[in-house]
Amino acid sequence: MTDQAQLLPGTLDLLILRAVSLGPLHGYGILLRIGQISGNALLIEQGALYPGLFRLVRQGLLKASWGTSENNRRAKFYELTAAGRKRLREETVSWNRLADAIAAALAQQPEEA
Amino acid sequence: MRLTESLRLRMAALLGRAEMRAEMDEELRSHMEHRADDLERSGLNRAEAERRARIEFGGREKYKQEIHRAMGGNFIETCVQDARFSLRMLRKSPGFTFAAVVTLALAIGANAVVFGLMDGLILKPLNVPQSESLYGTQYGDNPVWQSYPNYLDLRDRNHSFEELAAFNFDLGIGLDTGKDPVVANGFATSGNYFDVLRVHPYLGRFFHASDEHGPNSAPYIVLTYAYWHSHFQDDRGVVGRTVLLDKHPFTIIGVAPPGFHGTIMFVSPDFFLPIVNQDQMGTGDTFDRSNTSGLFEEFGHLRPGVTPAQAIADIDAVSRDLEKSYPKLISHKNTALDREGLTSFGPAAREFVAGLALLAGLILLAACANLGSLFSARAADRSREVALRLALGSSRKRILRQLLTEAVLISLAGGAFGLLGSEVLLRRLSTWQPISGTPVHIPVTPDAKLYVVALLLALVSAFLFGIVPVRQVLRANPYEIVKAGLSARMGRKLTVRDALLAAQIAICAVLVTSSMVAVRGLERSLHSNFGFDPGNTMLAGVNLAMAGYPADKVPAMQRRMIEAMQSIHGVQSAGLVDGYPPLVYTAGSTENVFKEDSGDLKQSNADLAPYRYDVSPGYFDAAGTKLLAGRSFTWHDDKNAPAVAVVNRDFAAKMFGTVAGAVGRNYKLQDGTRVQVVGVVEDGKYQILTESQKPAMFLPSEMLPVSQAYLVVRSSRDPQELAAAMRKKIRELDASLPVDTQTWRSLLETVLFPSRVATMALGVMGVMGAMLSITGIFGMAAYSVSKRLRELGIRVALGAKRREVLQAALGRPLKLLTFGSAAGLVLGLLATRVLAFIVYQATPRDPLVLAGVVVAMALLGLLATWIPAQRALSVNPMILLREE
Repeated sequence: MTDQAQLLPGTLDLLILRAVSLGPLHGYGILLRIGQISGNALLIEQGALYPGLFRLVRQGLLKASWGTSENNRRAKFYELTAAGRKRLREETVSWNRLADAIAAALAQQPEEA
Repeated sequence: MRLTESLRLRMAALLGRAEMRAEMDEELRSHMEHRADDLERSGLNRAEAERRARIEFGGREKYKQEIHRAMGGNFIETCVQDARFSLRMLRKSPGFTFAAVVTLALAIGANAVVFGLMDGLILKPLNVPQSESLYGTQYGDNPVWQSYPNYLDLRDRNHSFEELAAFNFDLGIGLDTGKDPVVANGFATSGNYFDVLRVHPYLGRFFHASDEHGPNSAPYIVLTYAYWHSHFQDDRGVVGRTVLLDKHPFTIIGVAPPGFHGTIMFVSPDFFLPIVNQDQMGTGDTFDRSNTSGLFEEFGHLRPGVTPAQAIADIDAVSRDLEKSYPKLISHKNTALDREGLTSFGPAAREFVAGLALLAGLILLAACANLGSLFSARAADRSREVALRLALGSSRKRILRQLLTEAVLISLAGGAFGLLGSEVLLRRLSTWQPISGTPVHIPVTPDAKLYVVALLLALVSAFLFGIVPVRQVLRANPYEIVKAGLSARMGRKLTVRDALLAAQIAICAVLVTSSMVAVRGLERSLHSNFGFDPGNTMLAGVNLAMAGYPADKVPAMQRRMIEAMQSIHGVQSAGLVDGYPPLVYTAGSTENVFKEDSGDLKQSNADLAPYRYDVSPGYFDAAGTKLLAGRSFTWHDDKNAPAVAVVNRDFAAKMFGTVAGAVGRNYKLQDGTRVQVVGVVEDGKYQILTESQKPAMFLPSEMLPVSQAYLVVRSSRDPQELAAAMRKKIRELDASLPVDTQTWRSLLETVLFPSRVATMALGVMGVMGAMLSITGIFGMAAYSVSKRLRELGIRVALGAKRREVLQAALGRPLKLLTFGSAAGLVLGLLATRVLAFIVYQATPRDPLVLAGVVVAMALLGLLATWIPAQRALSVNPMILLREE
C-alpha cells in the first residue's frame, strides 16, 4: 500500500474521463478501471470519486443513467458526452506536454561549476 | 447548453433536494455493495465485507457535502443550517437576544416613522395626474398672499404656464344645510382649478372658468370626498341641493374624488367654492387690488420645455411691469417656484424632516455601535468554540457566515417589531388632528415602500454590527486559544469595543442634550413675554358675515357684544380685535407706513412695515397689554374723529426715535391718511414666537369695521363657565350667530405647534438615546465583571476593599462613560445652534441644561452599572476558586 502515489490535484477528473472513455461504467467500476489501467499505482479514497463524478456531470462532460450491473444490482452508469471526449483529448495532450517537460527538467544532470 | 443544464441542476437542487439526496444515497450504497460483493468473493463473510466496504469508502457525510457543493445547490442549505444553528445559539442567551432585538426595534422603528413622514410630506407628489410638471408660485410680495387682480394679470401675461390656477383658504365658514349649522373650512379657487389639476369629479360636476361672470356670479360648491362621507353619509342625492354658506345660498354641484384633498399637502378642506364668490365669506373685497390677502397661491403645469428658472424669470418680469403700473400697491420682491402641494411650506417641512432623519440616523448608528460591541463581546466569549471549530477543519468563511447569519436574524426580528410599531404610530398620525379647528392633517400611509425601507435598514444594520467581530475571528489562532483558555485574551489596551462604546455614549449624550435644550426652550417660550397675557383670557371668534350682517350694521352690533361681555359676572374687561388676535393661527398682516413729511407714498419708500391690528376700546385691558405712555382708545375714536393710533415701543423708537415723546406725533398710512399717535404700549410677539422684535400699530376698529373679529374677555372665572356665559349672552343678541370660544392660551397651540412637535420628537429621541446608553453601559459592565470574576475573587481573597473591587470591575466602563458623555455634551451643545431655528429660545448657554445632562448621564451610568456592581461585590472567592 505504501508504494502508492498521492494524486496530484485536478488529475482525478482526467483519470475518470479516461476510464469512462473505454465504455459506460458505474462508480465502483470506474474505480476498478482506474486501478487496472494505472497498475494499482495510485491511492484514491473511494468516496473521493463521487464529488468528481457529479462535478463532471454538471460540467456536461459526462452523462449518467441508471441501469443494472454485472452483479445484478441497480447502479448509475456514466459515459462520455461529445464535450467530454473533446476535453479528454485536450487534457491528454496538455498533460503529456507537462509531464514531458517536468521529466526532462528532472533528468537534467547538475553541471559542476 | 451548459448554462441551461447548470440552471436545471440548480433548480433541481433547490426543488427536488430530498429526491436528489435519496438518489445520491442510493448511488453511494450501490458502490459499497459492489465493493462488498468483491470482498465477499475474496473470502470474507457478508457482514465483515460490508463493514470493510464502509471503512474503505471514507467519510460519507464529508463527501456528500462536497457533492452538494459540486452541484452548486449548497448555498440555501448552508443558510438554513446556519439559521438553525444561530437560533439555537440565540435561544441559549435569551437576555442578549431580547436586548438586541429591542434595541433594533426601537432604532429601526424610529427610522421607519421618519421615513413614513418623509414619504408622506416630501417624496410623494400631489395625488393628481402629471404632478411632475405642476409647479406653484411662492409669490414674494406679502409673505405669500397677493391680490386676486394681480393673479389675473399674471395668468394672462405669463408665457411659462399652460394655464395658471389659484386658490385661497377660507377657514371657519358657517355651513347650514337646514338642520344644524356647522363651521367648515373651504378652499376658494379660481374657476379653472380642477381643469388645471386634471381631476375628475366623483359625483356631479366641477365648476369651470366658464362659470365665472364677475363678483358673486358662481354660487356653487364642490365637497371633498371625506366631508361628503362624514357629513352627508355618502348621500348621492346631495348634488343639486342648496346649502347656506355664511347665510348665502350655494348649490352643491359635485363631489371630488376620494384621493384628492386640495393643493396643500397637509391640509384637508371640506369643500371648494369659486374665488369670485369669496367676498360673501366676509373676507374683504377680492376684486380690489389693494386686498393683498385675497389669494394664497397660484399654480399650473409648466409648458413643455420651460424650466422652473425660466418660469420664475417670466413671473418676475410681469410682476415688475405691474409694479410700475401700480407703484402704490405693489413692491415686488422675488418669486420662488416649488412642487405644488408644499410650495410655501417646502423649505420648513424639508428642514424639519431632514433634522428628524438625522436624529433617527444617529439612533440607528448608536444602536449599531451598541450591538457591535455586544457581538464582539459575544464572539470573544465564544472564542473557544470558534477555535475548536477551526481546529476541527471548519473554514473561517463558514464561521463568519454563521456569525453574520446571527446578526441578520436579530436585525430581521428587530426590524419586524420596529415596523409593526411604526405602522401603528403612522396610522395614528394620519388620523391625528394636531391643531383643533383647522383642517391640518398629516398625509402618511404606510405602504410597501415602508416595508422595503425597514428591510433595508435591518440588513444594513446587521451588516454594520455583524462586521465588528470579523477581525477578531480572522485573527483567532485556534491553537493558542485552546491551549491558553479564555483569560489570556483579556487585554488591557484600548479595544474596538471600547471605542464603540465611547462613540455610542457620545451619540446618546448628544440626543439627551438636544432633547433637554428643546424641552427647556419650549418651557421658556410658554412663559415668555408675548406683549399680552394669555392667562385668564377667553377669545370668542365671531364672524357677523355668517349671520348675514351688512357692513354698516357691523360696528353697532360689535359694540353691543362687547358691552354684553362686560355685563357678565366676574369679567374684568372686554374688547375686540378685527381679524385675528396676535399669535393666533400664525395670522398677521403688515402694512406700509410713512413719515409725516413723505410725499411719494410708493411701496419702496415705506419707512416701516408694522403689523396692523384694529382694536376696540378695552382691548388693551382685556389682553393685558401694558400702556407705557399716552392713552388707549375710547368710543369717541370713530370714523368721524381724527385718525389716531396706539403703537408699540419698537414702532415709536424706529419711527420717532423716542418712546415717551412719540405721543402726539403723526405718521401716514399707505392711503395717505395722517394718523396721530395717542399712546405707546409694550412690545410683543405677533405672528410667530421666533420672530425678531417687530413694530406694530393699533388702530381703532370703529374706523374701518370688519365683520370677522375676536372678542377678548379677561376674567378669573373658570374658563368653561365663562365660555358658556359668553355664548349665552351672544345667543341672546342673535341666536343665528355661530360663536367659537377658546382660551387664548389654547389658541397659542398653533404657533407653538412646530416647537411642540420638535420638542416631542427630540424628547422621544432623547429617551431612546438614554435607553441605548443604559443597555450599552450595562452590557459592557456586565461583561467586564463576568470576565474578571476569577480575578476579582482572588482580589477579595487577598483582602481587597469594596472600593478597590468596584474600581477594578467597573473602572473602565465608567471611564468610557465619562469620556463619551463629555464628548457628546460638547457636540450636543454645538448641535443646538441648529435647534434654535425650530425651538424658540433654544440656547446652549443654560446651566440647567448642562447640569441636567451631567446628572442624567451619571444617573444612567449608575443605573446601568448597578447590577454588575452588585455581582462584583457578592463574589465568593471560595466557590470561584473551587470551580476552576
